[in-house]
Amino acid sequence: MAETTLTDTRPARRPMAGRVRAAMILFAIFAALPPVAAAIDDPFLVLIGTRILAYAIAALALDLILGYGAMVSFGHAAYLGFGTYAVAVLSSYGINDIFLQVAAAMIVSALFALVTGAISLRTTGVYFIMITLAFGQMAYFFFVSLSAYGGDDGYGLRQRSTVLGSDMLENDFTLYYATLVVLIGLFWLCHRIVGSRFGRVLTGIRENRVRMEAIGYAPFRYQLTAFVISGCLTSVAGVFLANQAEFVSPAFVSWHRSGELIVMVVLGGIGTLTGAIGGAVAVLLLEEVLGSLTEHWKLWFGLFLVLMVLYSPHGITGVFKKLGLGGTKQ
Amino acid sequence: MTNLFVLQLLNGVQLGVLLFLIAAGLTLVFGIMDVVNLAHGVLYMVGAYLIATFAALTGSFWWGLLLMFPAAIVVGLVLEVLVIRRLYARSHLDQVLATFGLVMIANEAVKIIWGVSPLSVPMPELLSGSVPLMGPLQYPVYRIAIIAAGLAVALGLYVVVNHTRIGMLLRAGATNRTMVSALGIDIGKLFAIVFTMGGVLACFAGALVAPILSVDTGMGESVLILTFVVVVIGGIGSVKGAFFGAILVAVVDTVGGVFGPIWLRSVLDPSAAGQVGRMLAPMLVYILMAVILFAKPAGLFGGRG
Repeated sequence: MAETTLTDTRPARRPMAGRVRAAMILFAIFAALPPVAAAIDDPFLVLIGTRILAYAIAALALDLILGYGAMVSFGHAAYLGFGTYAVAVLSSYGINDIFLQVAAAMIVSALFALVTGAISLRTTGVYFIMITLAFGQMAYFFFVSLSAYGGDDGYGLRQRSTVLGSDMLENDFTLYYATLVVLIGLFWLCHRIVGSRFGRVLTGIRENRVRMEAIGYAPFRYQLTAFVISGCLTSVAGVFLANQAEFVSPAFVSWHRSGELIVMVVLGGIGTLTGAIGGAVAVLLLEEVLGSLTEHWKLWFGLFLVLMVLYSPHGITGVFKKLGLGGTKQ
Repeated sequence: MTNLFVLQLLNGVQLGVLLFLIAAGLTLVFGIMDVVNLAHGVLYMVGAYLIATFAALTGSFWWGLLLMFPAAIVVGLVLEVLVIRRLYARSHLDQVLATFGLVMIANEAVKIIWGVSPLSVPMPELLSGSVPLMGPLQYPVYRIAIIAAGLAVALGLYVVVNHTRIGMLLRAGATNRTMVSALGIDIGKLFAIVFTMGGVLACFAGALVAPILSVDTGMGESVLILTFVVVVIGGIGSVKGAFFGAILVAVVDTVGGVFGPIWLRSVLDPSAAGQVGRMLAPMLVYILMAVILFAKPAGLFGGRG
């Protein structure tokens, strides 16, 4: 790489590198937040920050199938449910170790994703969206029926998860940094998945399914694998959300939550990974800001969404494509 | 036992015709325009609020119902012209986002206009009370009226879809949209008619149910997802599928919700049966959907997958 030209086109040819750099900057800002919060004496910021980081994990996982596999899953909140309730259920049996909780959340999520994914992926387009939405709702009713864990009202956690016997996550700052470390780790993992042969096949199926079939790939197996991976990673976000709120309830699983996850991915730029993280920050900050201005913030948020879609020439997805940030239109 | 079964079956059919009224419009919007409309449940809610307002203004359920229709047409047309029309050519993802935004706007707007406390609509004098059904069994007249109204609409839709020119265009549009527009049909006008008609049917369902439910902002949401299940089971674009899907889903939901736990108690011990029953009952329709889709990915009456 010793070549030096006047017009260095390398970043344009390798958008991945630019995105990773953008992600690094985001992570650096995240890392700087707690000291700033401590300096201005606003520890609440750290809790909001943890929530944002947890949702960023979920958005990242959703982008893996939405952006790279063109699978519009409208039921991803279900996996947040498996994550949050894994913490609640296991801790009620005295199992507080976060590794065991994450493992349990991932196993249940993998099974749910495998079964519902296998059925949903037999269809495409509108059907896929509606079926994943319906399965998400099924999970919602399942959590509502858990009367031992408060049913509709939810369930307060007695303590946060422990790490190898240590209760270090009880400290808000430690929890924040733990979530950040997991987010960075999963970003790296997703980045590797997308760049791998598997990721390229997935992108190939998104671009031209028939051609991929013609050269000998079985799209179903690749898509289902991606769907299961995405579900498992989303459940990790659930584990951290439960620890952040110290409370679990079916509200984490409502279909509005699934919709918000999609909004995060699309706002940040679909199929970019970095964008999903940025989108999570943007959506949750917008909610916080609008929420502090008016109790009817949902009206303005909804209006914002509708206008964004209507008044950008090719939809929200088009805007980001134009800015060179987005992937392909679904 | 038989009495309870008949009662639940009737309740199921009553819920079924309501679901059909909502699903009929939704399935056509999906099938003909290929638009994901998450805001369809909103129209059901708006129908209920409209009749609540007009009934309170005029003091009569019937005037309320009559005035609801023109208002519903206006709501449907405004929605089509302002938003839905611009979404036809967009990706499904854009449609999901925009109509998700509409749901948020509508729910908040309803809260601002009508407040957060639920409204109630008085039962019309003529249709209050119950009739003896069999033996000691009584059934509310109003619920029978809902079933009758729903079946009448179904029959009307059957005639329109199968024996009129517009119905022919609807069926053609659901099968091959591009071909219909290539043959010189004003597809924009057809879309506007279909969307508004579907919206009016959803509003009508909301108006019908208003006297027996409390009218609140959450009512569109619970019904929206059930309607999706109906449309998916019946097959997108098929009004016939929407009818049978709606009845099937509603009967399984109501009858299964009551008889599932009873049946479970005969195989499990009572406390376990109670727990499992409470867990399974609300999930039954989704399991039904999964089974049907596993066998027929395009739904029972669906042409395309």
